[in-house]
Amino acid sequence: MAVRHHETLPLGQRPPLLRLNHVDKIFGGDVVALRDMTLQVNQGDFISLLGPSGCGKSTALRIISDLMHPTRGRVEWEGHHGRGDLGVVFQEPTLMPWATVAQNVWLPFRLAGKSYSEVKDDVLEVLRLVGLEKFLNAYPRELSGGMKMRVSIARAIVTNPRLILMDEPFAALDEITRHKLNNDLLKLKDQIGCTVIFVTHSVFESVFLSDRIVVMAARPGRVLTELQVDAPYPRGEEFRTSAEYAAHARRASEALKEAMGEPA
Amino acid sequence: MSLADNQTLGTAETRDEDEIRRARAARMERTAKWALPVGIMVLAIIGWGWVVAANDIPHYILPGPDRVWDSLVNDWAILIDAAYLTGWITLLALLLAVVGGAGLAILFNQSKMLELSFYPYAVILQVTPVVSIAPLIFIYVDSKVAGMLLCAWLVAFFPVLSSTTLGLNSVDHNLRDLFRIYGANRWQRLRYLQLPSALPYFLGGLKIAGGLSLIGAVVAELVAGTGGIGSGLAFRIQEAGYRLNIARMFAALALVAAMGVFIFAALSVLSHLLLRKWHESAVSRET
Repeated sequence: MAVRHHETLPLGQRPPLLRLNHVDKIFGGDVVALRDMTLQVNQGDFISLLGPSGCGKSTALRIISDLMHPTRGRVEWEGHHGRGDLGVVFQEPTLMPWATVAQNVWLPFRLAGKSYSEVKDDVLEVLRLVGLEKFLNAYPRELSGGMKMRVSIARAIVTNPRLILMDEPFAALDEITRHKLNNDLLKLKDQIGCTVIFVTHSVFESVFLSDRIVVMAARPGRVLTELQVDAPYPRGEEFRTSAEYAAHARRASEALKEAMGEPA
Repeated sequence: MSLADNQTLGTAETRDEDEIRRARAARMERTAKWALPVGIMVLAIIGWGWVVAANDIPHYILPGPDRVWDSLVNDWAILIDAAYLTGWITLLALLLAVVGGAGLAILFNQSKMLELSFYPYAVILQVTPVVSIAPLIFIYVDSKVAGMLLCAWLVAFFPVLSSTTLGLNSVDHNLRDLFRIYGANRWQRLRYLQLPSALPYFLGGLKIAGGLSLIGAVVAELVAGTGGIGSGLAFRIQEAGYRLNIARMFAALALVAAMGVFIFAALSVLSHLLLRKWHESAVSRET
């Protein structure tokens, strides 16, 4: 199997992967997008960054993916970190419209100088994982919004990245599709044991998906508090309707209210 | 329509009246698309013939359509030679416009400094009417063919340059970020991201350039006159005018127009073929 499975240890026993160390990002000299963000990411974490608009969630992702440099502070990776160690899923599927599904998933390898025949098995395997193995030769315009997002996810995991960043990936989808993709994302996590940082506006999405919720506040963007959702994976429909889920959702909502500046 | 009719329709096929009406309208439009313009042309030619006959207009002022047709048939050998020349100049100029326009666009895109230095001059070349530059060109360029090519190229390259430039800069921001995250180099970004993104824009510029290179070639011929290299359609129009052979003027003019239509149609087909699999402009045409 080309796509490796990583063992996920319980919270508290996971080896560290990455650390944001007192990171500040200031735009134009006076707009503080992110203030003093410290976050340790461990192997196997599913972290949600939850917060209102302007809380610096996306800025944090851009700094982690090295698209932006912090004004102060550092991003420290454990061990060697190079090309292909990071997978990214944006809010839009961000596929190349002129390329087929297979060519889109091939992209990270292609940019690393690998021919399609070299990595064909990997491409096929991730497409099977996201349930699109029959759509290899389809063009993005022939796919629904949810299917495009699956292609985007397949592309993000095809290189076996150490970390997957997802920036509100399902925000633009309808509720039914979002529900389905949330379930499938967790299934995928079970299968490959990836580490994920997931940006979202939705309390319910963050509770359902993640085992760590980092609640952020705006103006200036900063980390307010962190909640742990210690419900075991795999989580399915029964988790969505459990009292435990409701309790976690209430805690997260209260934290989010505080982040919005309202009394809890 | 009675209730009984409705019921038989409903059982005979599953399409309701609305859909049948829509299908009929679509069918009519498909026919009307070519039938109406052709009808208008036939009417105009008949009207033209009638005006000439009814008013006894002498043929050296306005020949009837029959005389133009005769000229087209009798002077075919002369006209087709002229059309070849004009056509060749036009196509070569278009080819150079593509190479020059797209090449400059890529160069400008790769170097901001080059763009800042030279883009204003590209604009100046474009906004100066070619008719006013052409006489100068023929003073300094000895070869008539080279001069004509240069004139036609000057008018045609700019739309290719400006639309390709726009296309190269219109890359989806997230895709650009993705390429950075995966460590793409400049060449990979150009080849796998910017050039495909620019293709629809380039093809739009190409369609405009096709028409303009014909205009450039015609203007160049009018300025250059004949110089032992044979004569193009524009020169034939001018020459026939001096001889009051108005019928031949019309015949040559018809060929110029036909050539323009042909170039536009050919470039539209090319554009459709290249984009039909993925681009919205080509998709909507199918449905």
